[in-house]
Amino acid sequence: MDKMPRWADILLVPLISLILAAAISALVILAIGENPWNALKIMVTGALGSTYAWGYTLYYATNFIFTGLAVALANHARLFNIGAEGQAAIGGLGVALVALYLPWPHWTLALLGATAAAALFGAAWAAIPAFLQAKRGSHIVITTIMFNFIAAALLNYLLVGPLKPSGTMETATAPFPPSTHLPSFQDMFSTADTPLFRGTPANVTFFVAVLLCVLVWLLIWKTRLGYEIRAFGFSEGAARYAGIGATKIIMVTMLISGGLAGLMAINNTMGEAERLILNAVEGAGFIGIAVALMGRSHPLGVFLAAILFGFLYQGGAELSLWTSIPREMVVVIQALVIMFTGALDNMVRMPLERLFARRTRSTPLAPPGPTLHPPGRMAPPSTPAAE
Amino acid sequence: MTNLSTFLGATALLALGAGAAIADPAVIFDLGGKFDKSFNESAFTGAQRWAEETGGTYAEFELTAEPQREQAIRRFAEQGYNPIIMVGFMSATPLGEIAPDYPDTKFVIVDAVVEQPNVRSVVFNEHEGSYLVGLLAGLASESGTVGFVGGMDIPLIRKFGCGYAQGVKAANADATVIANFTGTTPAAWNDPARGAELALAQIGQGADVVYAAAGATGVGVLQTAADQDIKSIGVDSNQNYLHPGEVLTSMIKRVDNAVYDAMTAGEAVETGVQVMGVANEGVGFALDEFNQDLITPEMKTAVDEAAAQIASGALQVHDYTADESCPALTF
Repeated sequence: MDKMPRWADILLVPLISLILAAAISALVILAIGENPWNALKIMVTGALGSTYAWGYTLYYATNFIFTGLAVALANHARLFNIGAEGQAAIGGLGVALVALYLPWPHWTLALLGATAAAALFGAAWAAIPAFLQAKRGSHIVITTIMFNFIAAALLNYLLVGPLKPSGTMETATAPFPPSTHLPSFQDMFSTADTPLFRGTPANVTFFVAVLLCVLVWLLIWKTRLGYEIRAFGFSEGAARYAGIGATKIIMVTMLISGGLAGLMAINNTMGEAERLILNAVEGAGFIGIAVALMGRSHPLGVFLAAILFGFLYQGGAELSLWTSIPREMVVVIQALVIMFTGALDNMVRMPLERLFARRTRSTPLAPPGPTLHPPGRMAPPSTPAAE
Repeated sequence: MTNLSTFLGATALLALGAGAAIADPAVIFDLGGKFDKSFNESAFTGAQRWAEETGGTYAEFELTAEPQREQAIRRFAEQGYNPIIMVGFMSATPLGEIAPDYPDTKFVIVDAVVEQPNVRSVVFNEHEGSYLVGLLAGLASESGTVGFVGGMDIPLIRKFGCGYAQGVKAANADATVIANFTGTTPAAWNDPARGAELALAQIGQGADVVYAAAGATGVGVLQTAADQDIKSIGVDSNQNYLHPGEVLTSMIKRVDNAVYDAMTAGEAVETGVQVMGVANEGVGFALDEFNQDLITPEMKTAVDEAAAQIASGALQVHDYTADESCPALTF
């Protein structure tokens, strides 16, 4: 028995949470002596008001879709993958090696090769924590976060030493050859008269991300493996009893999750920077946790939440460009959104559920009769319609 | 959230109220932020000095993500800001690609060289300044062991460490230099607790002078050195005042002057490479009322002599970034 209609669960709760976050942000902006209405206008225009703005918003969103999907998939098996940050960084290493040291005749082939390398490297980085969890019971939260630091140290070593072209100060690899450059939205959508998405980093990878949303949805809800992952997540004991191998599920889920996180590198490393930069991931792996939470681990939710965070990133940049609102304040606004949509979810949900419960009680839709209820749970009181 | 997007899309049609005065300068701070007690803050100080002296205004932006480098440069250029000053070597590649798109705008980059006709590249000879403070450290050390605490392990910081080690060895050929880096993520620039741990570890190995080239992490290094009653050396800004009588000296890098000069010159800023070394007082060591009792006349004579030799070219300090090796220190 659902306490709320589905549309309220999916749309109303996040919307009210967002409005609450926005209201408190407005108070904070007011407190530092700026005009909140003006700030909102700058954020909205700067992040959604032109193809230029969308070019950045979608670029950030693409990063967050990859890491959000990675965290969301692991969530279905009740594995908390905090290591998307490191997996994406190592994915970048895979992309860099493939782009720099293999000759690619055309970007489409380079994209395929880089995709494979990014997924493989990301998966490999998730494999060790997964193995330790499956075989030794080392908690995945601890091991994945540790592996973030190992990834950072490894990349630091490589980008200060072996992979850095000599004579430069920048901690980055050499630029990738032109044949590996992915077409940006500017290349894809501009016509001779009307340049669109000018100078923005959004690129063809966005469509890869959208495709992956669909594939992950299919995997979770339409395949036997997805069923096993969800069953394992709901109850490990029951899943084992049904003959689902814990080791296999933990390994496979984490490998796919790591691969998804690693794929982020084709957006930021191959699509945008066109070279591997130290700290290229810049916290997107952690934002992925918020995105997955907010998107309730559903690919569509992840997609929408990623767009929202893309909006916050790009809008926040515009805010600090054109006002004296400091960048720390932008972080405060992002934190408020995460807090209200993730951590304080029940604050909005429970009063709403009560509200809807009262309404449905006064107008029962189902005819009286035996209905199926999960064992141990009370049947709702079937009060007569008279009121 | 679909509702939200529709609502936001409608609001997006409203005009953006922010405009810009023509030909104000703009400053782009690197990822550390303008209050990093070090490099970026020095640039901020220079910009503020210009604003206070001239009454002018300038636009500023603190980077929070890599793609914003290009974004900020383009937005400021399109709004007519001139010159556009950016600090930090990581902006070199984006600026090299973008500068030709805005031939009428002058760009200034600090800490990197960009070969474009409308770019002024300001680079500092940090190895020379570090050599001078290394010389003082070598002369001041009684144990014959000195320490170096870097921030992130990047070529720029190795350049500091290498110059320092050469100075130490020049004062005492048998001296030992212990070099440590704080971390492998940008958090390494702002981790005073870790800085304190590294300083303690170096003291445990016998170091009695430590040089911190680690941004805000250095605050912890200097504090620990003062607590343990050994000498320390500050970096970028003059940090002698932090612990009077305990900080031996500071390696000064005048990023503030570079920014101030560029803003004063305005649109007429001269392009090309500008090297700031000991010779033109771009780098040096700090001597003031807080450390004058620590620098003996002999040390003063020796360091002034070395500075004069570096300025005249008689003494060449090896630059780590020239060939990525260091004769005096292995990283």
